[in-house]
Amino acid sequence: MSSVRVLAGTRKGAFILASDGKRKEWKVNGPLFAGWEIYHLKGSPLDSNRLYASQSSGWFGQIIQRSDDGGTTWTPVGNKFTYAGVPGTHQWYDGTPHPWEFKRVWHLEPSLDEINTVYAGIEDAALFKSSDGGNSWAELAGLREHRTGSQWQPGAGGMCLHTILLDPSNTQRMYIAISAAGSFRSDDGGKNWKPINKGLVSDMMPDPTAEVGHCIHHVAMHRARPDVLFMQKHWDVMRSDDAGENWREVSGNLPSDFGFVIDVHAHEPETVYVVPIKSDSEHFPPEGKLRVYRSRTGGNEWEALYKGLPQTDCYVNVLRDAMGVDTLDQCGIYFGTTGGQVYASPDAGDTWAPIVRDLPAVLSIEVQTLP
Amino acid sequence: MIRVILPYHLRTLAGTKAEVSLEVAAPATMRLVLDTLEAVYPVLRGTIRDQDTLQRRPFLRYFACEEDWTFEPEDRPLPEAVLAGQEPVTILGAIAGG
Repeated sequence: MSSVRVLAGTRKGAFILASDGKRKEWKVNGPLFAGWEIYHLKGSPLDSNRLYASQSSGWFGQIIQRSDDGGTTWTPVGNKFTYAGVPGTHQWYDGTPHPWEFKRVWHLEPSLDEINTVYAGIEDAALFKSSDGGNSWAELAGLREHRTGSQWQPGAGGMCLHTILLDPSNTQRMYIAISAAGSFRSDDGGKNWKPINKGLVSDMMPDPTAEVGHCIHHVAMHRARPDVLFMQKHWDVMRSDDAGENWREVSGNLPSDFGFVIDVHAHEPETVYVVPIKSDSEHFPPEGKLRVYRSRTGGNEWEALYKGLPQTDCYVNVLRDAMGVDTLDQCGIYFGTTGGQVYASPDAGDTWAPIVRDLPAVLSIEVQTLP
Repeated sequence: MIRVILPYHLRTLAGTKAEVSLEVAAPATMRLVLDTLEAVYPVLRGTIRDQDTLQRRPFLRYFACEEDWTFEPEDRPLPEAVLAGQEPVTILGAIAGG
């Protein structure tokens, strides 16, 4: 019988939540790396026992951990992230030049076709690649050295490269997103990059339709249709049907189109999930009601999913990497909150129940479906 | 042997007790102590000093014989009591944050 492993990164350690295919009873393993911030954990699609974790601390910097046994044991691997060449400057919050400085790894993305290859999205925004299981890292500098790089500015959470999407149908194509520079695509394995932000409108920018500068919170893709992308921007839920060349808004009837997470059903490419947040000034659900919204039409028409979720006095946030799906026949949806709850729905969002209620603030959720 | 006291999170990371003993070539300085510490425990590379510049991470300080050695020249010889193993070098994390 298949089983599910939910990898939760939190402000104070990592947790591995495991269940069988029924997804009713859960075993909680953790905290791993107790006391450290775990921005992200992710498993290889080629070997579910190969996991990577980004472990960091304001005091002690960045550690990368690797497990080859599904998270039972871990080994620290390479933690040297050195920008290629002389990195120069990007723009600071006030528009003045600011030197690029490595702060932490936000996202780890194992390769779809090479077991020892893994990508890391870092703050200040850059993309790194390891070809030896995380032991050493080299920057794919064509992104940061893009002609617009000196114009990039940090979002409120820092200038982070938080989304890495690998195209399952084209080993040379990958997408990344940076807050607050925008989304970019490479068609040559990460050497060269193109901004793909046409159609985005960000009213807080001097030029709301500028080529770069958009505060993108997360981007999601369905494996079966990698040219279709869904985006939760700072404000606005967006969709592209042409690999990011053009975007259109699909916020439709959402109670707020501000939010952080977005994800796609494992088997239905037009079924999309978001968690609306009231505003960029009030990072909590509208009306104190925690509701996931599902569109079965690829956007525009959204239904509230709330059975089992708190509907009074709920003021948590759901951060950008804190939602995932499993690939069981009845697709499971999972998300974590800044209040330390991890919620699971074994029926594609119709009903929800907490796996755990009192973890540290959840930074990321990834889901593995095990045979 | 030079005794070095590590902050909690570096002990757990390196898999050591609070205090480690290091064989440091004479004349022992803070730079040589840190070089030796990182050579014996490679996982600590980058956690105390930047791996490229070897600059101390900003929330850490160094103490020896109840004196703050954080801003002393790193090539200054350590006190006799440290060299004799009577006093440790302490690497301390700032008490700040949540």
